[in-house]
Amino acid sequence: MMLEKGVEEKTFYLNLGPQHPSTHGVLRIVLEMDGEYIVNSDPVIGYGHRAHEKMAELRTYQQYLPNMGRVDYLHALAYNQCWCMAVEKLTGLVVPERAEFIRVITSELNRISSHLLWFGAYLMDLGAFTPFLYCFDDREQILDLLDRLTGSRLTYCFYRFGGVPVDIDDEFVSGCREFVKRLRSRWADYDNLVTKNVIFIHRTRDVGIITPEQALKYGVTGPTLRGSGIAYDIRKSEPFSAYPNFDFEIPIGERGDVLDRYMVRLQEMEQSLRIIEQALDKLPEGPTMAEKVPKRLKPAEGEVYTAVETARGEFGIYLVSKGDVKPYRVKLRVPCFSNLSVLPELIKDTMVADAVAILGSIDLVIPEIDR
Amino acid sequence: MQFIVAEGVRIGVSLIGVISLVAVNALFLIWMERKVSAHMQLRPGPMEVGFHGALQTIADALKLIGKEMITPEDVDKLIYLLAPIVMFLPVLVSFVVIPFSPTLIIRDLNVGLLLIFAFSTLSVLAILMAGWSSNNKYSLLGAIRSVAQNIAYEIPLLITVMSIILMAGSFKLTDIVAQQSFLWNIFWQPLAFLLFIICGTAETNRAPFDIPEAESELVAGFHTEYSGMRFAIFFLAEYTNMFIVSAVATILFLGGWRGPILPPVVWFLLKVYAIIFLMMWFRWTFPRLRFDQLLTFAWKILIPLALANLIMTALVIKILSVV
Repeated sequence: MMLEKGVEEKTFYLNLGPQHPSTHGVLRIVLEMDGEYIVNSDPVIGYGHRAHEKMAELRTYQQYLPNMGRVDYLHALAYNQCWCMAVEKLTGLVVPERAEFIRVITSELNRISSHLLWFGAYLMDLGAFTPFLYCFDDREQILDLLDRLTGSRLTYCFYRFGGVPVDIDDEFVSGCREFVKRLRSRWADYDNLVTKNVIFIHRTRDVGIITPEQALKYGVTGPTLRGSGIAYDIRKSEPFSAYPNFDFEIPIGERGDVLDRYMVRLQEMEQSLRIIEQALDKLPEGPTMAEKVPKRLKPAEGEVYTAVETARGEFGIYLVSKGDVKPYRVKLRVPCFSNLSVLPELIKDTMVADAVAILGSIDLVIPEIDR
Repeated sequence: MQFIVAEGVRIGVSLIGVISLVAVNALFLIWMERKVSAHMQLRPGPMEVGFHGALQTIADALKLIGKEMITPEDVDKLIYLLAPIVMFLPVLVSFVVIPFSPTLIIRDLNVGLLLIFAFSTLSVLAILMAGWSSNNKYSLLGAIRSVAQNIAYEIPLLITVMSIILMAGSFKLTDIVAQQSFLWNIFWQPLAFLLFIICGTAETNRAPFDIPEAESELVAGFHTEYSGMRFAIFFLAEYTNMFIVSAVATILFLGGWRGPILPPVVWFLLKVYAIIFLMMWFRWTFPRLRFDQLLTFAWKILIPLALANLIMTALVIKILSVV
């Protein structure tokens, strides 16, 4: 480990994790401390390793689909979508437009629920407990909506190769519209309770600045990258699914500090609401599954790469097929792995409290890093 | 002989009274905190045990009594065991001088206020002992933070109190209450009241000044390694400290037991719990300050303000006395 050399006597080690209230999972960060200040740090990952990539080689294409809900359990539907897109690209299945719209609606709902959870958990890291329960109250509405449609509340496995298995009904549509209205009415509450709070601003302004160069160097993506002022979003730069049909903006920050990343996520929720509204308005009629999806998928030899924008950044699947019923090799490009790698640079020479604030602002899902 | 018997009975009765007050108060406050936080967070809070969960704390206390008291290896045993006691005993002493009503007071000492501050400062020692002896880095960091914080906030607290003492001309708590017969001090000294509440919240290590036990950073701070009844005693001391700080605030700024119609004790407790409610409101609304921001706030803002307030008070009193 890098910390073993050059330790002076006046410093000491502190193990932040693997069991710690603010690592939100089994992440361990070895900190070399000089009093309250962090001299050096080293994230240790792998406590939640489940061999998802290896599992892909042992299962058929359909059997691997449920795994996708469990890599990043907070934005499971984007992972579902990425896997479906990869297989569809490989086999040449064409997804009906209505199915694409349903995918977008549900995935955006899932993104909002992920951001809401982050919002609450992050404020808990900063010591404010109450917003956590406020946003859980809002998140509950999304979970109820998705529960009714998909049958699960967290680790969704909803999309199928060639479309979606269940069509949405009027109740879902009206539920979505109600939710959009409800969440919009909550922004003012969130602003008054958190965003305008003096202590909150003091804790986040100019803390943990990621420069655009740094962000590009480490391959940071998602809101963490956009907070640094780079408008890179797969939904715009490499549009997939039905996203080209919708009018939405990519919120970006200016300074790249914790507050900017916070604001980017809040604004992204509003943009997601816009997408959902437009999708509900433009929802085309038609089937939700492609015709003639083979029961036994056996794609021809070839390799594809598909990427989607999850709540945490770019998630990509590199899939190699040798013409078998199982994939030959699957590589999952997860956003949090790259996002975490920038952390040691950020928390150098900060206090523990700042380190916690910065760690939270990157929005890590640890099992996703370990895969 | 008669004197000794009378004094013995008096001490015995007071001791029982204080201890039962401390216990009942802590039980009530913990329930109140859970209910207040719950209703601020759109949930009902404890509902099962007793009427609206009123007996929940008793159930929790029984559970804590039944728990094994773990002494981790490699702790400094003597200090580790002493820390909860050192934390708790000074808290009891403060009750000796608090006037609940014109008659309900154990000893009306002429340095009552001084006694309370002297003994409440001892809790820092207990926290330091707990943090140091636990042989845990989180505990140690929590203890270090606590010492720095308490020193920083004790100074503005005492300076603020000095301005009230200037007005009353006495350290005796009953005198201070008597001086407010015309108008409560909060109207004469609104700034001092604000400073006192801020410093008092910091003194009791409550959010947003709860950095010694900041759970998202230091797990549980100085009492990470304590379990069972030892942990419960830290808890008890925290809530009793809250009561004392609020009681002092009531006496200094809100006219103590004064109030129409209702009996004095009821007025006193009402005011105390109103201030405690205010402190709970803080806790469930604000995020936590960072350690250096906390100290900067104390040294650069609170202390100059408190000093300015003291000088202004002294000037006004001098001018009034000359006129």
